[in-house]
Amino acid sequence: MSNVSANSEYVSYLDHHGKYKGIMSWIMATDHKRIALLYMYSIMTFFIIGVVLGIMMKLEMLTPGETIMKAKMYNSVFTLHGILMIFMVVIPGLSAVFGNFFLPIHIGAKDVSFPKLNRFSWWIFVVGSIMAVLSQVLKDGPPDTGWTFYAPYSTTTSSNVIMATAAAFVLGFSSILTGLNFIVTIHQLRAPGMKFFNMPLFPWALYATAWIQLLATPVIGITLLMLIAERAFHIGFFDPALGGDPLLFQHLFWIYSHPAVYVMMLPAMGVITEIIPTFCQRQIYGYKAVAVSSLAIAGVGFLVWGHHMYTSGMSDTARWFFSLLTFIVAVPSAIKVFNWITTMYKGSIDVKPPFLYALAFIFLFIIGGTTGLLLGSVATNVQVHDTAFVVAHFHYIIFGGMGFAFFAAIHYWLPKMYGRMYDFKMANIGLVINFIGFNLLYFPQFVIGIQGMPRRYFDYPAKFQPAQLVSSIGGFILVTGLIIMIYTLVKGARKGAPAPANPWRGSTLEWQIPSPPSVENFDEEPVIKENPYDYK
Amino acid sequence: MSQHTAHIEEHRDDEASKLGMWLFIFTELLLFGGLFLVYSIFRMQYPVEFRECSLELSVTIGAINTVVLLFSSMTVAMSMTAIQKNDMKKALLYIGVTLFCAAIFLVNKYFEWSGKFHHGLYPGSELMKLLDRGHHLYFSLYFFMTGLHALHIIIGMTLLFVCFFKMKKQSIHSQDYVLLENSALYWHLVDLIWIFLFPLMYLIS
Amino acid sequence: MANNTTHTIEYQSLSKTLLILLFLTFVTITIASVHLGAFTLAVALLIACVKSFIVLSNFMHLKYESLLLRILVGMVFVLFALIVAITFIDYAFR
Ligand code: HEM
Ligand SMILES: [Cu+2]
Repeated sequence: MSNVSANSEYVSYLDHHGKYKGIMSWIMATDHKRIALLYMYSIMTFFIIGVVLGIMMKLEMLTPGETIMKAKMYNSVFTLHGILMIFMVVIPGLSAVFGNFFLPIHIGAKDVSFPKLNRFSWWIFVVGSIMAVLSQVLKDGPPDTGWTFYAPYSTTTSSNVIMATAAAFVLGFSSILTGLNFIVTIHQLRAPGMKFFNMPLFPWALYATAWIQLLATPVIGITLLMLIAERAFHIGFFDPALGGDPLLFQHLFWIYSHPAVYVMMLPAMGVITEIIPTFCQRQIYGYKAVAVSSLAIAGVGFLVWGHHMYTSGMSDTARWFFSLLTFIVAVPSAIKVFNWITTMYKGSIDVKPPFLYALAFIFLFIIGGTTGLLLGSVATNVQVHDTAFVVAHFHYIIFGGMGFAFFAAIHYWLPKMYGRMYDFKMANIGLVINFIGFNLLYFPQFVIGIQGMPRRYFDYPAKFQPAQLVSSIGGFILVTGLIIMIYTLVKGARKGAPAPANPWRGSTLEWQIPSPPSVENFDEEPVIKENPYDYK
Repeated sequence: MSQHTAHIEEHRDDEASKLGMWLFIFTELLLFGGLFLVYSIFRMQYPVEFRECSLELSVTIGAINTVVLLFSSMTVAMSMTAIQKNDMKKALLYIGVTLFCAAIFLVNKYFEWSGKFHHGLYPGSELMKLLDRGHHLYFSLYFFMTGLHALHIIIGMTLLFVCFFKMKKQSIHSQDYVLLENSALYWHLVDLIWIFLFPLMYLIS
Repeated sequence: MANNTTHTIEYQSLSKTLLILLFLTFVTITIASVHLGAFTLAVALLIACVKSFIVLSNFMHLKYESLLLRILVGMVFVLFALIVAITFIDYAFR
């Protein structure tokens, strides 16, 4: 257990500022833990802005017709909401925050392989974010294309598309560098004695994720460059009048963006895979299956992008082919859910906030995942494509899935990161409100989606009024829950009772070192267990 | 305390740097991969036009550039051999030759492009707008792909320049040459891409 | 840490590699002027692949690198080939 005072060498990474003082000791930090916190503060900021924009849309949808904004404004709001949430919140989210913090610790290393590159990737993340903000305020007006930037509209609208795509390009570069760093770290810096199959499963998930970041992101990079060239020089790749093909844009876009949904989901699954064994005090069921399923998801996930294009005029052959592959890629995800639940069976379950968040994740992810199958089969997809059904589906996945996994992770690791504990009761209250609010907000969207409510519309026929009302109320409830949650966490991190080194009786390496960790993580050589989830 | 961070920064792992460079090369391959994908689709859709356009390019200039790049690829590899044998003079010489080749490549490219510009053929030009679809797409691809490739030549040259000066200052030497090794890898990548660009752009016959 | 583990390749072997590459370049150019119809592209691509294989294995030292790295490089090319092939499932059958 923690032996803080006995160890005279120990200095928490929060107190150790190195060469620089004050804020510079953060901006110039190369310590993976400090960089993780930098990412967390920036991402939480963008998340809050994104939520505000989401709530603005919900206010607009409160009544049919114009409520608080005009159609054009609504277009810009959902575009910015999407860009923020996708490129600046969920894609970097788990890997840049918790991956940065815990990947080196989980494998018994002092830092990532390239600490300076790590700092650089945060810097360009900030630059990209500033560019995204600029795209809102420059003179041509905020982009109104949706975060998908579909051609040909994106090549013709007069708004600031170039700046927004350039921002996405830079943010992508940051993501590539993080992925590169993690792959090298996992290959080179595992503590002596730790083989790949002795690693905890969170690093496994990050490893698979990193490959996607590395190999898929360049494709969107070049696509966005083509889009910029299309606007600047009319190169014609995506312009049917010049012989090009707008569908080609969709192909290129989704060649990246489908794998990107696994950049969001895989680390989320990794987090859940850490939390469940800890709170059940039980060895994870099917360690190898979970580890390998991450790789399988990453691999097959590269080949299914066309399920976003069933109604776009793609060939029939391609349609059934993509549909088939989509069903195949669902299998490894289902394996994971099965293994989580089996791990709980006969475990001695300790019902603490992180575990409850993990349960909420599983519940929401199952809904998101099964409605994903509906969207994956061509026949049903054609009915609900571009309706509120899709909006509900992807919010269940990325918010209910990745978002709740992020919340689970922060409730799980906050004591380690700050050395302080938050108030369980308040955390549980926040969780319940979040859960209720979330379902009220998005479940009605499934229903009206099937009834034909299109997505990205600021107006709707009166018959959808009741469902939209419920949904908007859900939005307000959710925001209340989020405020309670954030308040509880911030208060815990700043003034909470000191946390012991291992509050949850976890078995992975981060629980063997003091909370918060010292600069070098391990003041003594860590003991590597053959099985990271050894709960005997 | 300061020895903590000092320790982290002094730690050197060439194996890691090299793996990192390879991963970066992967990203470059897929970056160009996107363009090759676009190329292959339009070539399938406009085979005749693509052939006609490729006749507009000078195979001679393309071939010279191919030879120059292949040669420079060899010299940069030789510079690696030299530094491993602790023969600094030769290592510097070979880097110099590589840089010289790179310059020739760029000069050639400049003449090739300016010839096109001279005829009013450049991205966004009036003439481009008058071309029919297949021709338009071919030349857009031509400018985009060779332009991006030329940009990579310039980046590679910058890296090699840095190596050159570091070798002069003895901060790259027979015991520590990973920067040269990585720059050389990058240079080979540039060559690798050209190996595909050349037949696909110039030799459609 | 194991530093400087890179294998040293002799000058001669490098210049031989260059000769092979130049020869292959010559072959591509000559074949391009012969009329092979649909095979022109296939042959050009085949030769380009052989050339890049040679560059990768000799100039880029891949021949002497770990099996892991060689597999990874192979995977990247396979992945790209798959992506192109699958995209063509759309374009070829439209
Ligand atoms: C309180 C929280 C949130 C609310 C109230 C909210 C609400 C909305 C609404 C109303 C739309 C527009 C639907 C349409 O008309 O097409 C939307 C779109 C979207 N949301 Fe959210 N959302 C929230 C959180 C999130 C989160 C956490 C994420 C990602 C992690 C996210 C990602 C997206 C994306 C990608 C779009 C699509 C944008 C587009 O169509 O271009 N949202 N959201
Ligand atoms: Cu998808």
